[in-house]
Parts: sequence; C-alpha cells; structure tokens
Amino acid sequence: MTTKLATGIIAGLALLLCGCAGPQQKSLYGWDNYQDQLYDHFKTDGNGKEQQIAALEENLQKIRSRGEAVPPGYHAHLGLLYAAIGKEDQLVQELQTEKSLFPESTPYMDFLMRNYKKGVTK
Amino acid sequence: MMTGKFKVAAALLLALLASGCATQQKPHDYTEFRAARPASILVLPPVNSSSEVIAPYGMLSQATLPLAESGYYVIPVALAAETFRQNGLDNAPEIHQLPVQKLRQIFGADAALYIDVTTYGTAYQVIKSETVVSADAKLIDLRSGKLLWEGSATASSAEQQQNSGGGLVGILLSAVLNQIISTSTDASYKMAGLTSARLLRAGGQNGLLHGPRSPQYQKD
Repeated sequence: MTTKLATGIIAGLALLLCGCAGPQQKSLYGWDNYQDQLYDHFKTDGNGKEQQIAALEENLQKIRSRGEAVPPGYHAHLGLLYAAIGKEDQLVQELQTEKSLFPESTPYMDFLMRNYKKGVTK
Repeated sequence: MMTGKFKVAAALLLALLASGCATQQKPHDYTEFRAARPASILVLPPVNSSSEVIAPYGMLSQATLPLAESGYYVIPVALAAETFRQNGLDNAPEIHQLPVQKLRQIFGADAALYIDVTTYGTAYQVIKSETVVSADAKLIDLRSGKLLWEGSATASSAEQQQNSGGGLVGILLSAVLNQIISTSTDASYKMAGLTSARLLRAGGQNGLLHGPRSPQYQKD
C-alpha cells in the first residue's frame, strides 16, 4: 500500500512539474551569446564593431560544429556589422544567407539590398 | 480502503497542481490569432515607461529567442531599429504610431509586437535590494490591423524569498534566479531576459500560440 501511495505521489509530482514547466522541448536553434551581442551593439551605439564581428563569427563556428540551426536574424545582423566597417560585399552575402535560411525575411532583405547604397548602415 | 486513500492522495495532488499553476485569469480569446496564423514578427523598439534609459535595449535584445523558439521568424531587431533611424524615426512612441500598412510594406512581417517596458531596474534598500523588470506587449496583425494577443509579465529578484506559493517549480525557479543574479554584473539585463521569456514564450496560460516553425504549431 505504501508503495502504491508513493507511486501515486511521484506520478503526481511529475504531473505537477509537467503541468507548469511544459514539456522540455529541444531548442530549435543554437544561440550562444547572440542576444548579448545584440545588447552590446545597442549599448555601444555602433562602437566596437570589429570585436562584435569576431565574437559572432566565432559563435557561428560553434553553432555549426554542434549541428545546430543558426537563429533568425543572426546572418543579417552580421551583415549590418560588416557594412558598417565598409565590407558591403559581405553585407549582401549575409543578407542572401538570411533569405535562404528564412524565406519569411525576403521582402525586408530585398528592401535592405535595394537601399544599402543609400546608407542602410552608418 | 486502499483505493480510498489513494483517491484522497490523488485529489490532494490535483488540488496542489491547480493552486500552483492556475492564477484566476480570464482565458484569452484566440479566435483572431488562430485565423491570422502569423509566421513572422517585427519587434518594434519598445516604449520606455521606466526611468532607465537602457531598458528598451535590455528588452529588445532579448525578444528574439523566446519568439524564435516559439516558432516565429523574427525580423532582425538591430537592422529594424537602424531602418527606423535611417528614416528619421528615433522615438519609440512615434514608431508605435506608424500605420500598419507602412510597416508591412517595408518589413514584410505578418505581425508586429508592441512592447512597453513599465519597470526596469534595481531599488537599493537598507536590508536588501530588489531588481524588477516588467513589460506589457501587444501583437498586432500588419495585414489587417487587428489585435491578435496581449499580455504582460514581470520578474523580480525577490522571487527567491517569496516562493511559498510556487511549490516545487517555485523552488527550482528561485534556484535558477539565485544563480543568475549572483553571476551577473548587469542584474536588470538578466532579469529582462526572464521577463521576456515569460512574456513571449508560447505555451503558457494566456500566452502566445506557437508559430509555423515549431513542432507545436496548431497543437495549442
């Protein structure tokens, strides 16, 4: 009887955990410190771009080596940083990558590629 | 007799389950949300109703993860902010007033998220200091202008002292919080990440529905 009760309690606790926390799902993307990089970008108001590029490129290797998907916006953000240091070829390349990974981004990526010469990034 | 006791135990556990999770809230009406099926979300630069200048950036830089993990494409947030700036729009309240057709035309997103950061920062007191981040959000369909969802969330460093109502999950959560705070140099930023996850991660009570890139899409 004690065993049954214990089983009941354990099952109940498991239910309690599941009910609140939701089933633990596998992450859709590898994030590393992408969001911290975004925060740095906003905080520094455009300074330290080389370091941010280096950090993002390094993370990208880690994400890829683990076989994880690159999150939405990652490549486009890299492109923004490249454009800011004058590497506009790499801007276009990164925007194209974003577009091929996420077709939902197509209208905005096309808008950016049409407009970058007018100074998308300063 | 054995079954009787077991039933009592089961009932008690169910009661515990219910009290631990369910806050007495009116369930959200998802009719418009389900009909609209947005796939991509533009997060507008948040309006800042707090006294911390950095608050909108703390929220904006941490809005992508919960939305993307919920199955949505998120328009790159720094690029979007830059596009607004290029067009002479530096001011979030002004951006929040833009016609939805215009946003749809430039960004091509199905919906836009309007965030208002209401509390952000640490109140330093004699005995203890408390870091609190709270925000409200609205999801508006950029094709129809309809409100699809709204919600609010808060996270506080004081939660670790007030976990009596949260049961086991509360204890686990405060352990996590404790760790976050003790290893953090920017407590408000870390707290904003938790607020953002509570606000924007699909699957919670009255939360966002999952988007097309999630295996949970149309199962909630």
